[in-house]
Amino acid sequence: MDIANGAALPDRDTLLDWYRQMVLIREFEETCYELYEEKRITGVYLHLYSGQEAVGVGALAAIEPRDHAITSYRDHGVALARGVDPGPLMAEMMGKRSGVSGGKGGSMHLASREHNFWGGFAIVGGHLPLAAGIALEAQYSGRDDVVLCFVGDGSSNNGYFHEALNLSAVWRLPVVWLIENNLYGMGTHIVEASGQPLLHKRALAYGMRDGGRIDGQDVVAVNCALDEAVAHARSEGPVLLEALTYRYRGHGVSDRQYNVRLKDELEEWKAERDPITRLGACLEEAHPDSRPAMSALEQAARDQVLAAVKFAEESPAPDADDLVRNVYVE
Amino acid sequence: MAARNQPMREALRKALREEMLRDERVFVMGEEVGKWQGTHRITRGLYEEFGARRVRDTPISEMAICGAAVGAAMAGLRPVAEMMTINFAFLALDAIVNHAAKIRYMFDGQFSVPLVFRAASGWGDQATASHSHAPEPIFAHFPGLYVAAPATPGDAYGMLKTAIRDENPVLFSESIALYPKPGPVPDDEDYLLPVGEGAIRREGADVTLVAWARGVEWSLQAARQLEREGVDCEVVDMRWLRPLDMDLVYESFRKTNRCVIVEESLPMYSFGSEIAAGIQEDMFDYMDAPVKRVSAMDLPLPYARDIELMALPDADKVVAAVKEIV
Ligand SMILES: Cc1ncc(C[n+]2csc(CCOP(=O)(O)OP(=O)(O)O)c2C)c(N)n1
Ligand SMILES: [Mg+2]
Repeated sequence: MDIANGAALPDRDTLLDWYRQMVLIREFEETCYELYEEKRITGVYLHLYSGQEAVGVGALAAIEPRDHAITSYRDHGVALARGVDPGPLMAEMMGKRSGVSGGKGGSMHLASREHNFWGGFAIVGGHLPLAAGIALEAQYSGRDDVVLCFVGDGSSNNGYFHEALNLSAVWRLPVVWLIENNLYGMGTHIVEASGQPLLHKRALAYGMRDGGRIDGQDVVAVNCALDEAVAHARSEGPVLLEALTYRYRGHGVSDRQYNVRLKDELEEWKAERDPITRLGACLEEAHPDSRPAMSALEQAARDQVLAAVKFAEESPAPDADDLVRNVYVE
Repeated sequence: MAARNQPMREALRKALREEMLRDERVFVMGEEVGKWQGTHRITRGLYEEFGARRVRDTPISEMAICGAAVGAAMAGLRPVAEMMTINFAFLALDAIVNHAAKIRYMFDGQFSVPLVFRAASGWGDQATASHSHAPEPIFAHFPGLYVAAPATPGDAYGMLKTAIRDENPVLFSESIALYPKPGPVPDDEDYLLPVGEGAIRREGADVTLVAWARGVEWSLQAARQLEREGVDCEVVDMRWLRPLDMDLVYESFRKTNRCVIVEESLPMYSFGSEIAAGIQEDMFDYMDAPVKRVSAMDLPLPYARDIELMALPDADKVVAAVKEIV
């Protein structure tokens, strides 16, 4: 249950802030799960981030507001950790006009331009060249912004991965390619899908910095590795690294077999490596007075998500005018 | 307006160069666009003039070229990404269709994607089945994208400028066969042809020929031949496959009551089908004859010259189609 793995521990306020974000994400995701069960969220696609909170929170804490984040369809946690208000996020889940994407994108297509959060993208690998292009704009314009691109382990096997990483290396684009290795792409285990299951090693093939494999259930370790990767991307060029993590809710909410089939594995990850439990234990050890603060944050997360649900449910649905708006810039 | 006679290739190059001079955000990327001077010489001299920052040679990575163009456009640049030929854009169909065309809508207007995918297109130089497509209608299927296909150097010039300045993604098809053909190119750096506006290339009273790009040339040839036989053809050049200027087609059809659609592409689910469907839905009362379509044969294109040309449309096939309905 150790955390930080020898890395210097950030101060109490920082740890508590990460704790706040992680419990907010967990609360948001578990609420989404319940709402889906109750058919208050509908549709077929809802990919939850429960279990992976430390990756998003630790990584995003390493970039500045002027930097950029982009991810796949498993995007709720990244949006929240980037600071997007839970209300419009929940409204998007419910297909409401007040949703971040006007109810037209859904769970897989959250974005917030003002947060430099460029979106969740539902085509596996599709956002990778977009990340390269966003980085190109920064480089072209003479700014030193960095793009943090989250990549699923399964997504490292289609052509987008190869083409985008290679292009980023050839042009020395400021991108941090962070693979969230949760062991599965839908139902296919990493060793059945990748000839080299140590995915970070592919950096060698592209001539880019190999940031190694990190414990993705340890928010401090993630943040520490990302600090280094971001600094490298800012001054030298792209980095590839890999965070080992685990998804608690299967591939998506319509995945009904997962929790049964992989029950033992799931229970083990939860019991031994849960990122929130670990950060909580670390906080209590380093700062024995933090329990009340943590409890207050847990309560605040519940209140915030309840308010988000209320906001979403009370918001109007999009109408016929919304249906045809924003196909083109008119 | 003052104009100079130039091949389409030069008109395109002039448009690109002027837009790069006008707007620092405009840049060119693609395979062999820089040091090699462009596979079709459209970017000739640009690398020397603008340097490697703005004329960017890429690896052979169609998905990354188109996808990175999308990201750069979202972030505020104005990429002009070249597909060496439109056949290779199939590898990037996802970046073009699922990303460039959808991003504005999916995120309800948070982003715009002001870019141009330039692609050399067309059949008929023994390029064989994999390298001979004119698949513009495939791209025109998708809302969110504009599709341009100029038939003359002057149009190529004005339409490329419009495409680069527009806030939306444009698939800009350039017919390889038309690259060397000369025509007047206006001497006006702000010569812009509005998106989705077709043009009447020849006025006539008896039958409307509707075409784009190379089809316009075949239609004009056919019209000259038919004139000698007493048939007066009107030739409509659509210029854009999306948006589609159906009003212009209908205006002409109300006058002629007959129509032949001419295109380089394949016949199934085509431009021809689309125009014909529109006419029968909206112009039924004006119809004096069935609408005819002239297209490539419904086949992959072979190598051998003797049979390759059989599969392609030409002016004679247009003449024959017109004769069936007048
Ligand atoms: C191009 C493409 N192929 C297949 C799919 C279907 N699909 C959606 S998610 C997924 C698994 C991706 O796994 P991974 O990249 O590991 O991400 P994770 O879901 O574990 O976060 C698949 C196959 C898709 N959306 N896009
Ligand atoms: Mg995975």
